[in-house]
Amino acid sequence: MAESRIDVSIERKDEPQPPEGKRHPNTCPSCGSHYRDEELEAALRVCRQCGHHFPMPARERIAHLADPGSFEEESAELRSADPLEFFDLRPYRERLAEAELQTGLGEAIVIGRATLDRHPCELSVMDFSFMGGSMGSAVGEKFVRACEGAGERGVPVISVTASGGARMQEGILSLMQLPKTVCAIEDLYDAGGSMISVMAHPTTAGVLASFASLGDVIVAEPGALLSFTGPRVVQQTTREKLPDDFGLAESNYRFGHVDAIVPRKELRPYLARLLRLFSRER
Amino acid sequence: MSADEQLRLRERLAKLKRLSLLGGTRLQSDLERLEKQLERIEGVATDEEIWRSVELARHSERPYTLDYVARLLEDFVELHGDRGRADDRALVAGIGRFRGRTVALIGHQKGRDLKERTERNFGMAYPEGYRKAMRVMELAGRHGFPLFTLVDTPGAYPGVSAEQHGQGGAIARSQALMSRLGVPIVSCIIGEGGSGGAIAIAVADRVLMQENAIYSVISPEGCAAILWRDAGQARKAAAAFKPDAVHSLELGVIDAIVPEPPGGAQDDHDEAARLLGESLERALSEIAGTLPDVLRRERRAKFRGMGIHA
Repeated sequence: MAESRIDVSIERKDEPQPPEGKRHPNTCPSCGSHYRDEELEAALRVCRQCGHHFPMPARERIAHLADPGSFEEESAELRSADPLEFFDLRPYRERLAEAELQTGLGEAIVIGRATLDRHPCELSVMDFSFMGGSMGSAVGEKFVRACEGAGERGVPVISVTASGGARMQEGILSLMQLPKTVCAIEDLYDAGGSMISVMAHPTTAGVLASFASLGDVIVAEPGALLSFTGPRVVQQTTREKLPDDFGLAESNYRFGHVDAIVPRKELRPYLARLLRLFSRER
Repeated sequence: MSADEQLRLRERLAKLKRLSLLGGTRLQSDLERLEKQLERIEGVATDEEIWRSVELARHSERPYTLDYVARLLEDFVELHGDRGRADDRALVAGIGRFRGRTVALIGHQKGRDLKERTERNFGMAYPEGYRKAMRVMELAGRHGFPLFTLVDTPGAYPGVSAEQHGQGGAIARSQALMSRLGVPIVSCIIGEGGSGGAIAIAVADRVLMQENAIYSVISPEGCAAILWRDAGQARKAAAAFKPDAVHSLELGVIDAIVPEPPGGAQDDHDEAARLLGESLERALSEIAGTLPDVLRRERRAKFRGMGIHA
């Protein structure tokens, strides 16, 4: 389950909980409604009964946001290397190959140029199903290229994040993707560019602590977990009683960390309005 | 070959490797010669040496930020508070004189005894700490003071109110501010360089690392708990993700290694401070006087180049 993998890259002191009972990925974790895959896809992966937002694969997100036929993927050939020859219970290379096979993606992020409601923009969309959306060198590099491309073309970046944080298997190089992506946004801003950050479930740890938090406008999806440290680790380290809405988009909104919570069905027009406002042809 | 010589050799090798794009026969032969020498010595740090660094980096007698401040800065004035909510004692900030010029300094601060450790929250800052750091960075920028940062934290504090007050955003914005500063910045990892809490104050023109410090994306225990499902496998995890100074240098993440007294910095605070002071001065002299725009551009280009992908 997605939720059992969120606490990546955090000071975890105890052992992780065993994953909760097997739930079908198309069964709503809030109300138990079950959907066929094409049903769920047609509904933008939002539960018709209770409004729960299921994770949205990067390709589907792009198909939804970009005008039909407008998306041109960039840096699709870029892959992770294995600089540390990392081996835990299995080699990192094997995990990468498996993730590519399962998701059909080369990495946990897809970037490219597109138009949204006829406004040119650069899309950068993460996919949690590729190794928990974790950020290693390749993810950082692709995000930076998205910013550079947007800066050159004078168009805004729309970033959609879903990530457990920095990728442990690339060690310190993953941590360096934080300042690397941050510097790219600063370059973009210096060039007069803009960035809209859409935080989907979950946007945590190293991604929250870098580019995702630096958008001109930050939008969250309902119910998304947006925390630097995941709830289980906070609970285990501090023994504090956690509020029911700990780290959720709604709590972040209340504390002033996001500009709006926008349901998925309203996201496209919301982004279109922002693109009009940020457009250089005023 | 002495440990010092080995370090220098590795440092040169790492630098040459990064320059390899320039090609040139002289460079090539230099590289080959150095590589042969390195092969003869025992090669990369062993798993045991890596774990020793982890232990020394966390040694309870290791000098902390204020131990260095007392030995390296004159007329130090500590500045308190984030001008919004609180004064986070896990992170100290202030201004003082370093070898004749005013500098700003920011550093994590662990505690020596149980009482101080609690007060300092074991060097784990809240967002308030990073906001204090940011206001002192701005002060440095305003007055043209070079900025030193000393990194020594297990990580940013993982707590409910830390989240509510915006831990992730504070770490992101602190890095962004550092990438905009027009003054020279030299950072040194002096103990634990733990993840986001460390990089928040380490986006510098020159990043140094003490010989026995560690710099990592996650703690060995955290990594072991997730990937091995057993926090007790911390040694294995450390050996796998290689948080030691030599590997950090070879991966191009740091610019130089600061030697420590034989046995480690904990054995001789004065000597450790002398060696750190020399390295800070050398690093600063390389970039002092550079135009603000050039500093910013080169600093960003340096981080732009980090990472290895296929």
